[in-house]
Amino acid sequence: MKLFLIGLATMAVTATAAQAQDIDWTQVTLDGYEVPLAYENDEGEVIRSGYTFRTKGTQAMQADDFENPAMWRVDEGEVAWATPAGSEGKSCADCHGDAAESMATTGTEFPKVNADGELLGLEHQINKCRTEQMGAEAFKWESQDMLTMTVYVRHQSRGKPVNVQIDGPAAEHYAKGEELYNKRIGQLDMACKHCHQDYYGNYIRADFLSQGQSNGFPTYRQKWGKVGSIHRRIRGCMDNIRAKKYPYGSYENTVLELYLANRGKGLPVETPAVRN
Amino acid sequence: MKTLITALVVVASFTVSAWAQDMAYVVNEDDFTIEESLTGTPGDAAAGEKSFVGRKKGNCLACHAVDQLKNSQQFHGEVGPDLSDIGSVYNAAELRLRIVNYKVLNEDVIMPAFYKSTGFSRTKSDFEGKSILSAQEVEDVIAYLLTLKS
Ligand code: HEC
Ligand code: HEC
Repeated sequence: MKLFLIGLATMAVTATAAQAQDIDWTQVTLDGYEVPLAYENDEGEVIRSGYTFRTKGTQAMQADDFENPAMWRVDEGEVAWATPAGSEGKSCADCHGDAAESMATTGTEFPKVNADGELLGLEHQINKCRTEQMGAEAFKWESQDMLTMTVYVRHQSRGKPVNVQIDGPAAEHYAKGEELYNKRIGQLDMACKHCHQDYYGNYIRADFLSQGQSNGFPTYRQKWGKVGSIHRRIRGCMDNIRAKKYPYGSYENTVLELYLANRGKGLPVETPAVRN
Repeated sequence: MKTLITALVVVASFTVSAWAQDMAYVVNEDDFTIEESLTGTPGDAAAGEKSFVGRKKGNCLACHAVDQLKNSQQFHGEVGPDLSDIGSVYNAAELRLRIVNYKVLNEDVIMPAFYKSTGFSRTKSDFEGKSILSAQEVEDVIAYLLTLKS
């Protein structure tokens, strides 16, 4: 009896994945999304959001805002946006006004090189505003406050196509990201590309490999029981291949983030996405 | 007495050099084999099955499916070829090379080298200087694979 049940469970998982494969994702958009969850690039490869690799149940949690377990952060973020903090007594709204307007494409553009030539992720930029404009303390990278603010800001771009700059001042950072993406690391001696480019769409034990796209971050992950940043995800994958992780906010994680964003160029921002 | 001492010295120096060259083995590049056992001790197929399945050991099942394990193991990988009949395809020497370091055959392969302890980049400190499997575990996995015939 036990064996029979296990057999059924395995079949159920495989069947859901097979169904997900059969759908033409290049045609699928979610409510309010400008662009579909997948598209065919110039080389004929279909660039697919992680959404398209997940089970129907996980997809349903993301597709319905009332079911999405991270959506409360958008409401909390809206409050935090307008709440003064720090010695200057200013809130984000005092400088940036209505986030729906001022942040409408911000989430599609980061990581980004600023006027001083530094490569900044959204978290870095938020902390710059806090320390340099507001006289407030920097948020810790993976803190509740930071996750809520990054979810709120990136959510303003939900449905719009990711479009990071990789030429000009960003070119050297992009090249570094590409190098790290393809470099074997750790005792298992694998690169990101081995799993997410060479074998996406296959099971690796119980995990169904996606293209490792970043358009949904910060993402609610059932395994984490909360949202996490793209740096957390990158660190998790490095840990799994028994490699030393780079610190939160490090240059290495940020150039990888830039490379990932461009790999998924044109995919819709999904923040906060839901994954398993 | 004299012969005994000589024998002892030989044994001792053999052990020392085996340590120093930890991962010593000879690859035959003509037919892609490692002929000689890594330990001289025959592999134990039952122990090999445990290493094959164990997530902290070979975790081979992460990438390879095996029909003979369908009843006992729920999740089988799809990344590498099905190994249900691998015991009819390769002999021990051929399997040994593939497990020790598949990159000799295919430099871009995803499959890890299971008997290699140096030359990696940024290995986590708990695993620094260690191979994924010990020499005997490799021999055990080979013995297990040789039982797989469908
Ligand atoms: C041994 C296989 C493996 C390697 C190597 C690997 N990953 Fe992953 N990665 C996974 C698995 C499994 C998941 C969870 C399922 C999925 O989305 O693919 C995942 C998920 C991700 C996700 C989340 C995708 C989403 O839709 O939410 C990102 C981003 C990611 N990986 C980036 C990376 C980066 C960057 C590297 C290199 C540092 C890397 N991965 C190396 C196995 C791997
Ligand atoms: C991360 C994925 C991965 C893991 C883990 C893995 N393999 Fe593989 N293995 C592969 C791939 C991919 C190939 C095919 C390589 C090729 O065709 O060049 C392969 C090939 C093989 C082959 C040759 C198959 C044939 O038909 O020629 C054998 C034997 C093998 N693996 C055994 C093992 C054993 C034993 C383990 C664990 C100790 C293991 N593999 C772990 C991915 C993996």
